[in-house]
Amino acid sequence: MNIVKEMPCIVCPMSCHLSVTLDENGKVLEVTGNSCKRGDEYARAELSNPTRMVTSTVKLTNGLYSRLPVILSKVIPKDRMFDVMAEINKIEVMAPVFLNQVLLSDVCGLGADVLASRTMPALKE
Amino acid sequence: MREVDIVIIGGGSAGMAAAIGAYKQGCRQILIIERDKELGGILLQCIHNGFGLHMFSEELSGPAYAERYLNMIKDAKIEYLTQSMVIHLNRDKIVEYVNPVEGYAKVQAKAVILAMGCRERTRGAIALPGYRPAGIWTAGTAQRYLNMEGYLVGRKIFILGSGDIGLIMARRMTLEGAVVLGVAELMPYSNGLPRNRKQCLEDFNIPLFLSHTIVDIRGKKRIESLVIAQVDQEMKPIPGTEKEFFVDTLLLSVGLIPENTLGMEADIPINPKTRGAIINESYETGVPGIFACGNALHVHDLVDFVSAEGEKAGISAARYIENRDTQTKTEDTDHQFSILPGDGIQYVVPNVVSLDRMPDKIEFLFRVKQEYRDCILKVYGDGKLIRQWKKKHVAPAEMEKIILNQEEMKVVSDELTISLETS
Repeated sequence: MNIVKEMPCIVCPMSCHLSVTLDENGKVLEVTGNSCKRGDEYARAELSNPTRMVTSTVKLTNGLYSRLPVILSKVIPKDRMFDVMAEINKIEVMAPVFLNQVLLSDVCGLGADVLASRTMPALKE
Repeated sequence: MREVDIVIIGGGSAGMAAAIGAYKQGCRQILIIERDKELGGILLQCIHNGFGLHMFSEELSGPAYAERYLNMIKDAKIEYLTQSMVIHLNRDKIVEYVNPVEGYAKVQAKAVILAMGCRERTRGAIALPGYRPAGIWTAGTAQRYLNMEGYLVGRKIFILGSGDIGLIMARRMTLEGAVVLGVAELMPYSNGLPRNRKQCLEDFNIPLFLSHTIVDIRGKKRIESLVIAQVDQEMKPIPGTEKEFFVDTLLLSVGLIPENTLGMEADIPINPKTRGAIINESYETGVPGIFACGNALHVHDLVDFVSAEGEKAGISAARYIENRDTQTKTEDTDHQFSILPGDGIQYVVPNVVSLDRMPDKIEFLFRVKQEYRDCILKVYGDGKLIRQWKKKHVAPAEMEKIILNQEEMKVVSDELTISLETS
């Protein structure tokens, strides 16, 4: 007996409505409803090893605001999000900071770097 | 008085793209007036990713997306003012603004582009009952506090409304250590993107109460608790379905309204459905030379579409200036047809198409009234079917788009209707 699972694709804001056909052992036979290859990859990963992107902010001094937005260089396992947040919360930076500057490499040993997600000019040189 | 070709009011995603559009069309005297400390608008507080897939084929954070446009503005040496608030606009396109450097200043524009974005509906707008304690925020304000200023506005949160900002904030506040007890939505469906329901609520086991609303807010100084109840088909609370949640904060994500105070001052006609300007195929409002785009025109789901629209409005404004002196034809002789929302459609943008100025193809953006599965989208010209599309799934939260070419629209003389029919 094949099972069909419906799920929204979270890869991009298109939010495609995916239908995943699984065989009785949970093996993915077919993914439909996706508009790109990434939807197919997402559906297969979501049913085996779900991953998520984490974005947050870190403490900033000498910039326009008191926080600097950060993003990971790649997705991490979904169940490690809070561990990654704990590490991000320890980071403090001083402007100037450049877009995609590595603020912490290999966070929690997951192979993802914490990157500045914008350029922040220095208030005072 | 200083004179420029185009004044763009608002330096967010729509305004920056409009400036680029006008520049590409050859206009060199462009002035963007932005009230915040830097260009970027709301993108700067949207630190999550997912922006730019259509525009840049990349998945960027909001600030990174804004930075792409800021770099284009800087490369093109387009002039912009920050910390400058436009206080008046009139039909003659005189723009009055204030800022810390010039004090009060005026500029005469040949064309104006309205790109002020939108505002969040507040507690007052939805007549929420109960006490009025501290701790009740619109989701976007809480987002700015958290992501830019560095303040978490509460620790035990409830969210009213399932719009995207509310969903994004549910995840964001959870990741920052707050507890989100639930999200209530008045409608039987969520207004947020499906992907946000999944990755912002389901991932964190945050319950979504559909067909529920808040019936009481308790606490005199700071909110202490709130009561939700299920609503019936007339949106009336059903007695006996009440649930109380003990919280210190309530976030409201109950809709966005295009900001048009300035447009109305300049007498632009407003579409009561969108609360944005009524526009033609060139994004021109009812006042010649005043254009509108982005969330000031109608609320979008994706910033990529805002940028695309802004760029088109910018190109149109630049063309308007090019043609202004050479054009002899008046608006009266211009043959136009109207675009009407038919069955199942909330609104369509644009509202009017001019046959003489009609480009090769026109993009129509619209929202449906409710969720439908397996339906047919039909376009009628003067009552005759022009084209149809099968749709597997449509929902109010997802803006729909169709593109018609000149050939298809040539047959239309009075009105074009877009409607949705269930098969």
